[in-house]
Amino acid sequence: MSDVDMNMPILIVDDYKTMLRIVRNLLKQLGFNNVDEATDGSSALQKLRGKQYSLVISDWNMEPMSGLQLLKECRADAHLKDLSFIMVTAESKTENVIAAKQAGVNNYIVKPFNAATLKKKLIAVLGNF
Amino acid sequence: MANPVREELLEKLKAFDINAQDSDLEALVDSLLQNFGEDAVETNHKLLAEIGSVASYIHDMKTQLASLRPDEIKSDFLPTAADELDAIVGATEQATHNILSAMETLEEVSEKIEDSDVSDKINDAVTQVYEACSFQDITGQRISRVVNALQHVEIKVDKLLGAFGGEEFLPDATGAKTTPKRADGVERPDEDLLNGPQLPGEGVSQDDIDALMGFD
Repeated sequence: MSDVDMNMPILIVDDYKTMLRIVRNLLKQLGFNNVDEATDGSSALQKLRGKQYSLVISDWNMEPMSGLQLLKECRADAHLKDLSFIMVTAESKTENVIAAKQAGVNNYIVKPFNAATLKKKLIAVLGNF
Repeated sequence: MANPVREELLEKLKAFDINAQDSDLEALVDSLLQNFGEDAVETNHKLLAEIGSVASYIHDMKTQLASLRPDEIKSDFLPTAADELDAIVGATEQATHNILSAMETLEEVSEKIEDSDVSDKINDAVTQVYEACSFQDITGQRISRVVNALQHVEIKVDKLLGAFGGEEFLPDATGAKTTPKRADGVERPDEDLLNGPQLPGEGVSQDDIDALMGFD
């Protein structure tokens, strides 16, 4: 039996609408249907401060606020500091991974990725489902 | 009494088109000659030859740069290339959305199929298409990098034009032919008609063409 609430609110953040749609569809296939979207870090932060989410899945490379800046803002906010945060990005250099880890990311997915990788990372962050 | 070395040096420098005022050249030559005594004729001649060769080098370099037509690169090729790349991003994004819409419909249909083997196979295939569609994000980011690189080149070309003076790079000044618009350099009678795919908002629509042609 799954310990994970499959109806948990999830926020996905990406400046490419196609990626938002792909991630949303993959999450739906995995059983997660309560998904909201934001197209950059600042609009995501507004949504996070207006509603309680259980998980953020965010791209890194966005303007005006990047995914890393969003992560740092979350960790600096008393209400968001414990929020599960997965970075999904093409930025795969070691220094990027280290920077995200130091900022407190829960997991990191390199683009392009497949459904199996997404599921594996979700299990690593949320537990078995 | 006129200094023959000074006059010779000035004459050689003025012979090259280096965009300097006569007064500036005279000041330069006078300051150089101050450091040499009247008996340093051999040194003066060596100096004269060196300055002459530097001036000649600068002149040749300017001619070569002008033949590259940097004005045309800045005004025509770089903006066109950036527009075409932006159009690629837009077209692939639209195509990806169309594919995703079709897959979402297929997924809805598969939920109504009673045979679980069939619906599972359809779902697996749909998942693979979702995964494959992420190419649009990756290629979009790569193309954005190329556009940024082109903008960087444009800035450098701008500085080059500013440093050497724009007028010398115009076609009348260089006598250089206009660069062919085709990448392979082939010129053909219908070259002006070969524009490739129209960018969004440019050209005419299929409906406009049908109306022009009298088609339904």
